[in-house]
Amino acid sequence: MAAFVMPSLGSDMDAGTLVEWLKKPGDKVHRGDIVAVVETQKGAIEIESFQEGILTGYLTDLGKKVPVGTPLAVIKEEGKDDPDDEALMAGVAPIAVMPSAPAQTPVVAANKEIEKAPPSAGARLKISPAAGRLAQTSGIDPSTLTGTGPQGSIVLADVMARLEQKRGPALPATKAVREGGEQLTGMRAAIAAAMAHSKREIPHYYLSQTVDLTDAEQFVAKVNAGRPPENRLLLGTLFVKAVALACRKFPEFNGHFEDEAFHASAAVHAGMAINIRGGGLVAPAIHNAETLDLDTLMDKMRDLVARVRAGRFRATELADPTITVSSLGDRGVDSLYGVIYPPQVAIIGFGTPVMRPWEQDGEVTLKRVVTVTLAADHRVSDGHSGARFLNAIEKHLHKPEDL
Amino acid sequence: MTREEIEAVLRAEMHKIAPDIEIDDIDRQEDLRDEFDIDSMDFQNLVGALSKRLGIPMPEADYGQMGSFDAMLDYLTDLAG
Repeated sequence: MAAFVMPSLGSDMDAGTLVEWLKKPGDKVHRGDIVAVVETQKGAIEIESFQEGILTGYLTDLGKKVPVGTPLAVIKEEGKDDPDDEALMAGVAPIAVMPSAPAQTPVVAANKEIEKAPPSAGARLKISPAAGRLAQTSGIDPSTLTGTGPQGSIVLADVMARLEQKRGPALPATKAVREGGEQLTGMRAAIAAAMAHSKREIPHYYLSQTVDLTDAEQFVAKVNAGRPPENRLLLGTLFVKAVALACRKFPEFNGHFEDEAFHASAAVHAGMAINIRGGGLVAPAIHNAETLDLDTLMDKMRDLVARVRAGRFRATELADPTITVSSLGDRGVDSLYGVIYPPQVAIIGFGTPVMRPWEQDGEVTLKRVVTVTLAADHRVSDGHSGARFLNAIEKHLHKPEDL
Repeated sequence: MTREEIEAVLRAEMHKIAPDIEIDDIDRQEDLRDEFDIDSMDFQNLVGALSKRLGIPMPEADYGQMGSFDAMLDYLTDLAG
């Protein structure tokens, strides 16, 4: 069956709202083409096609919230007549719809109007890029929102709160909110669900190691000298690559724990924790990070951060990280101990690089160091291999020219 | 370019990266990254944008001279003023 379906968007999301088509009936679709945009608690997400063919028809209306697995469109393989396609188009195949999803055709019309409006009409609105993007794709006029961010700026949560008002409760609330409190909405609710699940199910253990960064810093300074800013490396690039390479030797930290079993992943899809201005974070994947040279990896990280800040990334990036790297690089704390994002089994944290007295060969000198931490799933690995895994990351950072 | 013109460029680029921060409310002598809540990736994008608009290289070795809003403005005025 050549149905283009609502993909799984991570363990904490079971539905999404179709907000934009990027292919129309009659269009050729190649593997990897972006066919539609779906709005979720984590922002607008681009959905790619896994098949080749011709888009012959839509099965779900714009503005409709549908569960994971719902067919959204038919993509017909060229030169092949599949009876299933006919059945799909005729509406014979069961199409699940969220019980409380109201028809939302006005969303599309409103969307067009807003897109035509000049971006800075009247007084300049303080709105984060992610919030602006979501407001635009969902047809909400930002000037009608009350900002709750710094100095009254409109943040993602404000747009999401309005969306939930418009839509009504998508899923029945399981617990009443105590009076005077505030119901968790949008991304906050998504993070709450995933992290509560993690802390409930995953027996975490934690290790840390302080690593001398002299080699890595000198390497970055040397590479960056004479390069224009847009081609410069960040220390964070080396961190991600070092983790990805260490995963090759220690597969018990790279993969998914699902259905009571651990499935190691051959490829390292490094989830990169990215802070969203005004609140929240996402950790989409850099695919096959272990195979990328530093410049390519840096380009991909830059591109990913830009798209997350603009509130738009791809479904595959969100759903399949095999390990997460969190770096509070500039945030001024020595170390961070992450919470594992299920179904992953490990998260590596990098603190702020700082100058510290350091003993080497009986001499104490000032060195730039970073504290690297591991939070890992005790169902899959033990502290012994965790320690070796952290040591492997350290060794890679001492040989940056081999990264 | 005058210092005022360069400040206008700096303000515009800061607004692109941190649209939720009111530049008149920040401490211009305090750490630029803290005041605007930006990370190393944002900072590199800022340097890239300024470097292009003002036609100056802004090497990484000079990052220490770009620590606060005022320090950055001094640095840019020295090189592009």
